[in-house]
Amino acid sequence: MSQVKFDIVETTCVPLPLENVDTDQIIPARFLSATTREGFGENLFRDWRYDKSGNKNMDFVLNNPAFKGKVLVAGKNFGSGSSREHAVWAISDCGFRAVVSSFFADIFKNNSLNNGLLPVVVAQSYLDYLLDLIQKEPDTRVRIDLGNQLFSVLPSGESIKFEINPYKKECLMKGLDDIDYLLSIWDTIIAYESGNTVRK
Amino acid sequence: MMEPKTLFDKIWDSHVVRSITGGPDVLYIDQHFIHEVTSPQAFEGLRKRGVTVFRPDKTVATADHNIPTKDQDLPIREELSRIQVEKLDQNCREFGIDYFGLNHPKNGIVHVVGPELGYTQPGMTIVCGDSHTSTHGAFGTIAFGIGTSEVEMVLATQCILQPKPKKMRITINRKLQKGVTSKDIILYIISKMSTGGATGYFVEYSGSAIESLSMEGRMTICNMSIEMGARGGLIAPDDTTLKYLAKVESLSTLPDLSSLLEKWKGFKSDPGAIFDHELKFDAGDIKPMITYGTNPGMGMSVDATIPGLDSKKEGAASFAKSLDYMGFKPGTKILGHPVDYIFLGSCTNGRIEDLRSFANFVRGKKKASNITALIVPGSKKVEQQAVSEGLDRILKDAGFELRQPGCSSCLAMNEDKIPAGKYAISTSNRNFEGRQGPGARTLLASPLTAAASAITGKITDPRDLLNE
Repeated sequence: MSQVKFDIVETTCVPLPLENVDTDQIIPARFLSATTREGFGENLFRDWRYDKSGNKNMDFVLNNPAFKGKVLVAGKNFGSGSSREHAVWAISDCGFRAVVSSFFADIFKNNSLNNGLLPVVVAQSYLDYLLDLIQKEPDTRVRIDLGNQLFSVLPSGESIKFEINPYKKECLMKGLDDIDYLLSIWDTIIAYESGNTVRK
Repeated sequence: MMEPKTLFDKIWDSHVVRSITGGPDVLYIDQHFIHEVTSPQAFEGLRKRGVTVFRPDKTVATADHNIPTKDQDLPIREELSRIQVEKLDQNCREFGIDYFGLNHPKNGIVHVVGPELGYTQPGMTIVCGDSHTSTHGAFGTIAFGIGTSEVEMVLATQCILQPKPKKMRITINRKLQKGVTSKDIILYIISKMSTGGATGYFVEYSGSAIESLSMEGRMTICNMSIEMGARGGLIAPDDTTLKYLAKVESLSTLPDLSSLLEKWKGFKSDPGAIFDHELKFDAGDIKPMITYGTNPGMGMSVDATIPGLDSKKEGAASFAKSLDYMGFKPGTKILGHPVDYIFLGSCTNGRIEDLRSFANFVRGKKKASNITALIVPGSKKVEQQAVSEGLDRILKDAGFELRQPGCSSCLAMNEDKIPAGKYAISTSNRNFEGRQGPGARTLLASPLTAAASAITGKITDPRDLLNE
């Protein structure tokens, strides 16, 4: 099923200089009762974004008018914990197209790639530099060029290369997903199954 | 001669339908578990694509995350939760999937139900839209949690695209001290590894301390593999595994059981198999563990001191934020700190052995008056077993009440929430901010430490009461 294609994104960034941000913070469990994929953005980082009475916590970065953009830059081990894909839906629903960190939890990374949200892995030293830069200069623009796997800080265009699995890159650029691929190799699956003896 | 292989490689390689050049492997899935929270959007996706469930016979469903643990015979009061559970029922009917809903004798937490009903068997690949699917690795399976898009993938094709993880072996030798349990082993390992230390790896646990554990104890270990970032954890089947499986009702009647048991016995890593990373721990070093922060890597011996704050150290801001949330100070002890709630249950510690261990500990004692306790069996079968063994009476006499099965306060999607600012000793798996309710302060520990603390009303080393 097609999803939004990813090619080049140019934007300002939102910094979240915290480590081990787990998916319970991204979207708390009490908001997981919905049966559709829509509307989770409203509760993205709910308990950091709002106080107990539902008022905006102005210290939190998403409530700071200085910071906006389509790229979230977060501390290492982003998306740990629960497998809830709702975390990715919430981030995308708020307009983010990519998350930059020095490393991502495995399930979160898979979920992101399956929803057209690009996880960009950078070295810890680069992440520290980037977080520092955007916090000091919130208007800093960056450019993500998926085709060339380049992350650049503008206007200098000083860039670094990031890694992505070639298969997933193609999926993101063409807006395809894994089920399209699996359905295209149906005969191979059937052939495998006929020889599979693991099951009781 | 064939190159020696790890158990993980043997299972993975035999399930690869196709390897995509430079990409993930297409992995065939033997068993798919689903529940109400992470499946509705996947079924909706199938409908939009106009495809059906390829292998309903390899899929089984239970309602566990979003259900009350009291009055289960009445309609679920919370409307969205009720709709979500009804949706699972409808989806299972429409696509021909076995469903164990509320009050069904096979209902329970998906990772408790799978093994006890014999769905979980050595050598299998198992997935579920829940990160604690790693639990099933205790039987020598490759089992891991997936997202909803992947649930849809498996429903549609019984396959999943996955990059192959690296392999790690964690060996724990020697004997555990009295009062130290499998929960303490895994909290100890995670405290050494940190919450992201095993990201990208699949872990095999081995060594004499692991071999000495029951299947319940092994499930607790594998269950929390994800809490150090690991894709999953597994333990090679041995006599303990085979004895457990031979007693499972659905398997005990199989005509070819003995040849199956023989086959399962052979699932192990070859001597000399190479792991990408090897770690060894000494079981004798492990004391009862407790967490003091807001991720499971922030753990220590129950009698230890919280590390000091070093503002120059990497992660100092997160560390300070975490302790602030918990209301603890760096460089202090928490032993003896008052506690408000006790939660015994979850896919980590909601099995019969956990209820026995808790009940035996509190037998003849009384719950402290400041403690509110939630004692939640992991499944209907566990609940019935507890009652047939008289554990409910022992608990009642000590001031505790046995509730009905479900995920309950582990993630607090239902009413079983810990109020803001309150301290809960929880036998579950996550102490994230707000995990047990907005503002709740979770201290992860073993059922024994929970029992001891329930009696004294404060954080207690269970060894102090065991020696009385």
